[in-house]
Amino acid sequence: MSHAVSYLESNARERLRLLFDAGSFEEFLPPAARVISPHLGQLNAPVAFDDGVAVGRARLNGMPVYTAAQEGGFMGGAVGEVHGAKLVGLLRRAVRDQAKAVVLLVESGGVRLHEANAGLIAVSEVMRALLDTRAAGIPVIVLVGGSNGAFGGMGIVSRCANVVVMSEEGRLAMSGPEVIETANGVEEFDSRDRALVWRTTGGKHRYLMGDCQRIVKDDVAAFRQAAIDAINALTRPSAPSVPLTLEALEQEQAMLAERIARFGALPDPLDVWAAQGMAQPQRVPMLEIEPFIAAAQTVRMGA
Amino acid sequence: MNARVWNTLQQNREERLQRARNVLGSDLAGKSLPAARIADLLHAVLENGDRVCLEGNNQKQADFLGHALANLNPERVHDLHMLQSVLALPEHLDVFERGVASQLDFSFSGPQAARVARLAAAGKLNIGAIHTYLELFGRYFVDLPPRVALVAAEAADRHGNLYTGPNTEDTPVIVEATTFKNGIVIVQVNRIVDELPRVDIPADWVDFVVQSPRPYYIEPLFTRDPAQISEIQVLMAMMAIKGIYAEYGIQRLNHGIGFDTAAIELLLPTYGESLGLKGKIARHWALNPHPALIPAIEAGWVDSVYSFGSELGMEEYIRARPDIFSVGPDGTMRSNRAFCQAAGHYACDMFIGSTLQIDMQGNSSTATAGRIAGFGGASNMGADARGRRHASPAWLKAGQEARQGSNAIPRGQKLVVQMVETFREHMQPAFVDRLDAWTLMEQADMAIPPVMIYGDDVTHILTEEGIANLLLCRSAEEREQAIRGVAGYTPVGLARDRRMVENLRDRGVIRRAEDLGIDQRLATRDLLAARSMKDLVRASGGLYDPPKRFRNW
Amino acid sequence: METLNYRFEQGQRRLAQPPQVVGVVSSGNLEVLIEEAALNGACEIKISTAAVGFGPIWQAVMQDFQQRWQLADTRISINDMGATPAVVSLRLDQAVQTMLGEAP
Repeated sequence: MSHAVSYLESNARERLRLLFDAGSFEEFLPPAARVISPHLGQLNAPVAFDDGVAVGRARLNGMPVYTAAQEGGFMGGAVGEVHGAKLVGLLRRAVRDQAKAVVLLVESGGVRLHEANAGLIAVSEVMRALLDTRAAGIPVIVLVGGSNGAFGGMGIVSRCANVVVMSEEGRLAMSGPEVIETANGVEEFDSRDRALVWRTTGGKHRYLMGDCQRIVKDDVAAFRQAAIDAINALTRPSAPSVPLTLEALEQEQAMLAERIARFGALPDPLDVWAAQGMAQPQRVPMLEIEPFIAAAQTVRMGA
Repeated sequence: MNARVWNTLQQNREERLQRARNVLGSDLAGKSLPAARIADLLHAVLENGDRVCLEGNNQKQADFLGHALANLNPERVHDLHMLQSVLALPEHLDVFERGVASQLDFSFSGPQAARVARLAAAGKLNIGAIHTYLELFGRYFVDLPPRVALVAAEAADRHGNLYTGPNTEDTPVIVEATTFKNGIVIVQVNRIVDELPRVDIPADWVDFVVQSPRPYYIEPLFTRDPAQISEIQVLMAMMAIKGIYAEYGIQRLNHGIGFDTAAIELLLPTYGESLGLKGKIARHWALNPHPALIPAIEAGWVDSVYSFGSELGMEEYIRARPDIFSVGPDGTMRSNRAFCQAAGHYACDMFIGSTLQIDMQGNSSTATAGRIAGFGGASNMGADARGRRHASPAWLKAGQEARQGSNAIPRGQKLVVQMVETFREHMQPAFVDRLDAWTLMEQADMAIPPVMIYGDDVTHILTEEGIANLLLCRSAEEREQAIRGVAGYTPVGLARDRRMVENLRDRGVIRRAEDLGIDQRLATRDLLAARSMKDLVRASGGLYDPPKRFRNW
Repeated sequence: METLNYRFEQGQRRLAQPPQVVGVVSSGNLEVLIEEAALNGACEIKISTAAVGFGPIWQAVMQDFQQRWQLADTRISINDMGATPAVVSLRLDQAVQTMLGEAP
């Protein structure tokens, strides 16, 4: 590719087409199979032929990987029964077929509330299936760079992965901004302050807090390279364990405790970045990715 | 002997000033008074039935003064006749609701349009007329001279000289009209300083200065987030550039605000460049400092931009580009709505803007039932300038197309382009047999239906279906079919005479994208020189500082 | 939701390709699934739309589409969420162009 292709602006299928080796994506349960939601019709809501997620296998720099890409445009990428079952099936099949890795292109608001319990159960099954895939020694890489971000249950799913790659445009959280404002008041969190929302849930803050391990610019090729690098790093001898271990959980717990201890009382990420030792924290949002990574190197958590 | 008194206005002015001095006492220091005494000042200088001009501009608002006016005691001050460019804030209507004012002459009321309609229907607001800006300004010097002007400025010095800065807008024309008919000028300023960057309004023309508790209110109305531009808008922008700008060689122009025109601005450095048009089109602009124009400016397309007002966040960029903008010896811009409206009328070869409805004669209106919004500057910018005498290639070509085959004496014509998608939100057709303006006329008891741009001034209609060149139409019937021919799948479009429309297309009266040699597959957002607010900031080298509402960083 | 069905005979162009989908079921947008199908030479178009009551407009758009491409033995299935005719025509053309390998 001669010029950058925006990951943010691309839809799920465009991302799949451009991120993996040319022509290598082979879809399971393609749209022509019409495996659609059994619930939405009753609610007089439109369906999508793929229920908002494309799953299949592909090659990434020659490596056989299994992949899923959520379509943020369809119901905000929210997970319904079929959508969730496709993700679970994909994760299980990756184990069965001994894929080199699983790459999930996450863009989702979480559970599809329209489908109520079926949606809730689906998301929890995805969490379990992801951890089973890791337990089988297959690394799971999550990419978060779409305009809807990764929220709710899919935010949790993302953090169950080995590695999260984000752009600064991407967002990763559990509760959505409006929910926080409704529950805790606008003084606590003004959901219409978009700069605040991205400061709190966007890629740069997540990178500094250790919730994402790699940050790239908004370019499909950059996400591709980061996924390749992440998979390679996990297959080296000195790599951290692919299956979840007690040790890793304890390390994570320690990081979370440290975060609360050091930053828990601070009102705004700008204060957090200052406390971390970032020079000129107010300039962080305007920094391009390379200088940001350089500045974050010595101060970010989870390094 | 003539017993008439010839200086009644001077005498009356003196009486008002004396009342003010009496009530303010030692609180009046030179021309300055504390904010807390504003109501006393207004009660003292105003008389019932006065014509009061309040700023009420398109962008800046003398909000402190407007609020004070709206909260006066209607038993002491009532039946004021408001003269105002724009009704933007709730207090602009509160003043009528509370009975302080009863009569209104204005130009635009966008955000308050529904309330204007309600108050008019309830008899609390008597509309003299809706005007275009320059028309209203003209009347300030003829039959609507303000008796009291309430204006806003950046700063005053200790003498009362004013600096209005980048957002000068309507202030000079209002103050001059008021002062030179012995009226009273009251100004709210953000700060009082020892030395101004420059003098925009001389102290001699100012009677009272009050520093407001907060800086005057201002809206970033001319900022459009590129992230919201659609593929269809990109396609239409391509057709505009190739089918009109290039075709006529449009060097001097005005864009009405909207995403459609923002798409054109963002396509100049990419699509325009690919067509080899740099230097051949779009060099001189009567335009507010649109952030969307930054990439084109940086790529060397633009020689000059003269503005009606400024735009929040663009101050540093403007300061760093004095060759382009109207920057004074002090290094900051001065805008002037009256002069820019005159420039747009006479010194530009094309106006292009969007609308809500077009009828079968090409009459264009944004009027909708239940809302009295007016048209701002569009009626002036979007009108042929019949007084114009200097020629340009575009003007001559348009005039020639219009008069081909007739024996009328040759003259030029200004291009007035209306750009609209055939369907609006909720599948509302933009093309109609009968404008909602007729309904509004009946509802609001107007003499004629409120039309933004008349059909005989419209030269081209551009939709996603193509361009209809009304200059080449030889009859009312041809004009109607040309309009139907670009009205797509709206009921109006589906009712076209297919044979006539094909014939019009053969003659080049209607040109579709493929006739213009435009590959529709290129019409994607990838063609935009900037696709996000952050792209615009990068294009400006970090000089552009978008207001908070446009940033997600 | 409304479902509309159209069938056109007399097409000639066959698209011997695997099924393709373009577009997304988001507000103001639609997805178009285009497949080869044994239909005795016909082109069938099935539309499921959230915008109810615009039958005549869909009819006109589909007729113009068929006139442009003259497809035969093709099934087109649409999930629409209130796209304007301009967007519908654009996606339909994109779907065919993708089948023909012409997409940029």
